[in-house]
Amino acid sequence: MGTGMTTQQQFYCLMAGIGTLLVVASTIGWILQRRAAPRGGSATIDNLNQRIRAWWVMVAVLAASFLLGKTTTIVLFGVASVFALREFVTLTPTRPGDHMPLVACFYLMVPAQYWLIYDGWYGLFAIFLPVYGFLSLPVLMAMSGDTEGFLERVTKIQWGVLITVYCISYAPALLLLDLHDASLGRNQLLIIFLLIVVQLSDVLQYVFGKLFGRHAIAPRVSPSKTVEGFVGGGLSAVAIGAALWHLTPFTPLQAAGMAAVIVLTGFFGGLALSAAKRSLGAKDWGSMIEGHGGMLDRLDSVSFAAPVFFHVCRYFYT
Amino acid sequence: MFLPALIAFGTRVLVGAQPRWIGCRPSNALRIYYANHTSHFDTLALWSALPAPLRRTTRPVAAKDYWGSGLRARLATDGFNALFIDRAPDRHAGDPLAPLCDALARGESLIIFPEGTRRAQKLPSPFKSGLFHLATRFPDAELVPVYLDNLYRSMPKGTWLPVPLTCTVSFGAPLERRVDEAKEAFLERARDAIVGMA
Repeated sequence: MGTGMTTQQQFYCLMAGIGTLLVVASTIGWILQRRAAPRGGSATIDNLNQRIRAWWVMVAVLAASFLLGKTTTIVLFGVASVFALREFVTLTPTRPGDHMPLVACFYLMVPAQYWLIYDGWYGLFAIFLPVYGFLSLPVLMAMSGDTEGFLERVTKIQWGVLITVYCISYAPALLLLDLHDASLGRNQLLIIFLLIVVQLSDVLQYVFGKLFGRHAIAPRVSPSKTVEGFVGGGLSAVAIGAALWHLTPFTPLQAAGMAAVIVLTGFFGGLALSAAKRSLGAKDWGSMIEGHGGMLDRLDSVSFAAPVFFHVCRYFYT
Repeated sequence: MFLPALIAFGTRVLVGAQPRWIGCRPSNALRIYYANHTSHFDTLALWSALPAPLRRTTRPVAAKDYWGSGLRARLATDGFNALFIDRAPDRHAGDPLAPLCDALARGESLIIFPEGTRRAQKLPSPFKSGLFHLATRFPDAELVPVYLDNLYRSMPKGTWLPVPLTCTVSFGAPLERRVDEAKEAFLERARDAIVGMA
């Protein structure tokens, strides 16, 4: 829409923009590190640089998978789900009686959910885990005969699967939407719009919080989330979302509204999953992404933003 | 060359096998890594957590009755260079530790599980005396305690498909050597070094 570029050209422009942003970020990180070096360095700056390096890798992997097409995009998110579920289950205390339900989650439910997206079977995609997954897990667990803490154990596994598989799978499910201006590239740009807004919102809330943060929103859940960070970072992310309207089927104002939905739900996701993480006694979900923590530390906001964004898009634009 | 790399990679994908060098660094020194034993994946997990050059000179000691035949034997011999030990030795067949001593004498490090059998629990059971005898015969070998976490959850006894959790492999500080220490005291101290990391 709007600019007259093909989706392919828009994609390359976008990647050039993100690349420029990362070059700027890396340069700033390098300067900060050089300034801090005489004073023995700073843990915050080291962490910042680790995060920037990890961003290079994540952007490269995402860009490559988008360029390769629909299948790799779906597989990429499937792998991300597996890693997120793995982190979730690793932190959750389980008993031998949980073995069958867990095997079903990893080896049946994840492939089935992503296959349904590949197959384009929206009806089953939307209910497979909330109905069949939800109901089969307690049955499999009951068959083990272990009733100790049954309800707690089965709830944790259901929760883990719904967040890390069902909710995250809504991001690649954007490929299913039959938009008015239909093309694979158009749907992929919608995924990129979601990811850019949600991740920049996280980053900017972190930056605004570090610079101006005074009032913690939920100090016991997540001390780094502040009112100043949320307002400053959130509004900036909405502005960026509005500026990216030409990637989407939205007008600039609608794009701002969609970005606001993403920012808000993403924030809620970060908050709720932080609370879950603390209740499991951990600071990070894992350690696979240098400087960021685990896969789920990066995808917590996506897991809440993706389903809502999907359904709002589906309601208004198909 | 190819099979060992594939096995180590596959193990890391499947059960994590993330190394944590807490009390020592990877080293070419003659070492006996001894660990708690909770699943069939322990041997592979510990071996895969070592850096590739050390994997070539470190031999996991595997039970002959489980790893000694069929496809598993191929995997154990060509894949991770296992040394087989007879868990129910014939009393007249000589020293069951002989192959282990030979390997140490050749300068190869060992991976052993002194409990002798798998137990699906967080903390190790009391040790059998093999570790003591090896330690006495090779006073210069470093005895490195290793704690394997989560593997008993990944693959509890009686199951055949591992749940891909992130399992960690923690390497502790080499056990201090004391002269004239009684067997029981030594084994207790060796076990405590693993319990301390749990």
